[in-house]
Amino acid sequence: MLATRIIKYLIIGHSAGGIGAAEAIREVDRVGTVTIVSDEPYPAYSRPLISEYLAHPYPVERMLYRKPDFYENNDIQTLLGEKVVKVNPTEHTVKLESGPTLAWQKLLLATGGTPIIPRMEGSQLKGVFTFNKLDDAKAIDGFLNQHRRNVRAVVIGGGLIGVSVTEALVKRGVEVAIVEMKDWILNTILDEEASALEAKALVQAGVNIITGHTSGKINSYLAGEVSGVTLDDGRALPCEMVVIAIGVRPRLEVIAESGIKINRGIVVDRRMMASSPDVYACGDVAEAYDFVYGENRLTPIWPNAYEEGRVAGLNMAGEPAEYQGGTAMNALKYFGVNIASAGLVSPPDDSYETLINSYDGVYRKVIIKNDKLAGLVFTGDIEKSGIVYNLMKDGINVSSFKKTLVADDFGLASLPEATWRARLAKPTAESVVITSVEKPEEAVIGD
Amino acid sequence: MKQVYIKEQVCIGCHLCEVYCRLKHARSQDLVKAYKKESPRPLPRVRVDESGIVSLSVRCQHCVDAPCIRACLTGALSRDPSTSLVTVDEERCIGCGTCSLVCPLGVPKLDATKKKMVKCDLCQDEEIPVCVANCPNEALLYAEG
Repeated sequence: MLATRIIKYLIIGHSAGGIGAAEAIREVDRVGTVTIVSDEPYPAYSRPLISEYLAHPYPVERMLYRKPDFYENNDIQTLLGEKVVKVNPTEHTVKLESGPTLAWQKLLLATGGTPIIPRMEGSQLKGVFTFNKLDDAKAIDGFLNQHRRNVRAVVIGGGLIGVSVTEALVKRGVEVAIVEMKDWILNTILDEEASALEAKALVQAGVNIITGHTSGKINSYLAGEVSGVTLDDGRALPCEMVVIAIGVRPRLEVIAESGIKINRGIVVDRRMMASSPDVYACGDVAEAYDFVYGENRLTPIWPNAYEEGRVAGLNMAGEPAEYQGGTAMNALKYFGVNIASAGLVSPPDDSYETLINSYDGVYRKVIIKNDKLAGLVFTGDIEKSGIVYNLMKDGINVSSFKKTLVADDFGLASLPEATWRARLAKPTAESVVITSVEKPEEAVIGD
Repeated sequence: MKQVYIKEQVCIGCHLCEVYCRLKHARSQDLVKAYKKESPRPLPRVRVDESGIVSLSVRCQHCVDAPCIRACLTGALSRDPSTSLVTVDEERCIGCGTCSLVCPLGVPKLDATKKKMVKCDLCQDEEIPVCVANCPNEALLYAEG
């Protein structure tokens, strides 16, 4: 049965993608109802800030992604603390766990990701946490407040989430060991050299990094409580808490049996439209176009979710838009080390060219294929990484100036004139005459 | 909105735009102190990129379609509705550098002491931005777009 009132734009998910869509819809359509449903009880907040929340703690008000008057100013309705249990694309409805069925004209699936919990003995114990949303940070905060002294933690997984929770825990005085299955931490976003710079900062902060190993099981001596972790080589790490941070997977439960096409995530086209009419998807749950790989894949990062949500929102409101594509892209500042990386961080085979400039803690690297950039890693001074990232995004041929990309004096002027000119604002005022740069006349020496 | 345009054909790379920008952001109103004494050293929000005879005085262009606003992880970057400027809310900025990574000019700069990103605000308290006012070659123009 259809509900009496039909929501014009229904958005499931209240993070970067959902907000990106809501903002884009409101640029086009000021009156159609926009409703955001989220199982979290908060206004949209910045998920990357949950580590700040855990570390300081940090007031939730400072974590808000948009100003408090955002919903009122944009006439956006929210259904918070409400969980969608079923999406029916044929009937254009969704069913809420609390009972009601909502009818919609256009639907956005921005449900995000959910932490992967391995099948491991002890993973259900009290004292085992994930670190994906504000309530996770609150749960760890509560645990630490109860155990005031000498807490030891094992963080399983040395990716972004693992390192981010480690930083917060260290600031709270917790003794942390990170267990990473691969050979270096942050291996999906950093190469070995940049990872080593980050690892050095972690070790200096007292973190024990164990690479090349996995956790076999979580031990418990006192009923229900964590007492330690046993690694795959039999080594025991005593601890009071464990954070599982081995990755996220798309949160697809709500579309089970809906007939919406799924690969690893929801399959979408360049308009962010899913396989069912009037259904769109974005963010960690969707497989959007990656311009480095030249194919659709999961790139679960915040800025891409926003861009994808924006494209979805424009299309939902009837303004045709295509997603230009994104790629894995991260700027980090964990433990005071500034690193920016994007695209590939290690060349997958010999057909790629790698250029590196490395000395005294400075490390800049670019990866090139067929005269175009395929990846970058900048550490320390990351200011000009944006110039390189955009050359990669725009698919600019860099063959004539590739050596300058990692040079100390690299800058906008290193690019060909047509390229730097295209990046600078041009006045329309008639008083300004833009002429091309002329070569200086040859100095005449002698007679 | 008004913004700074560069006439690179008459820019000789003297870096005075950087010098006066640094002074503008110094606690002391003294050039020598700003350069040699102040700690932390004040940061200029403009940068001169040079290669051969080309020198470009680069600063935030307050893009109409600003990638930094969209990429910001915390919502610290936004467009001021009254001035149309792209501004950083220091309360919410965590200094991660994502804005710099997506900026085609790579202009947001990390203030390492405050751990916040900083960028040009076109000297809102001045009639003409100090870089423009002090450019000896009139290579910078402050004009409506």
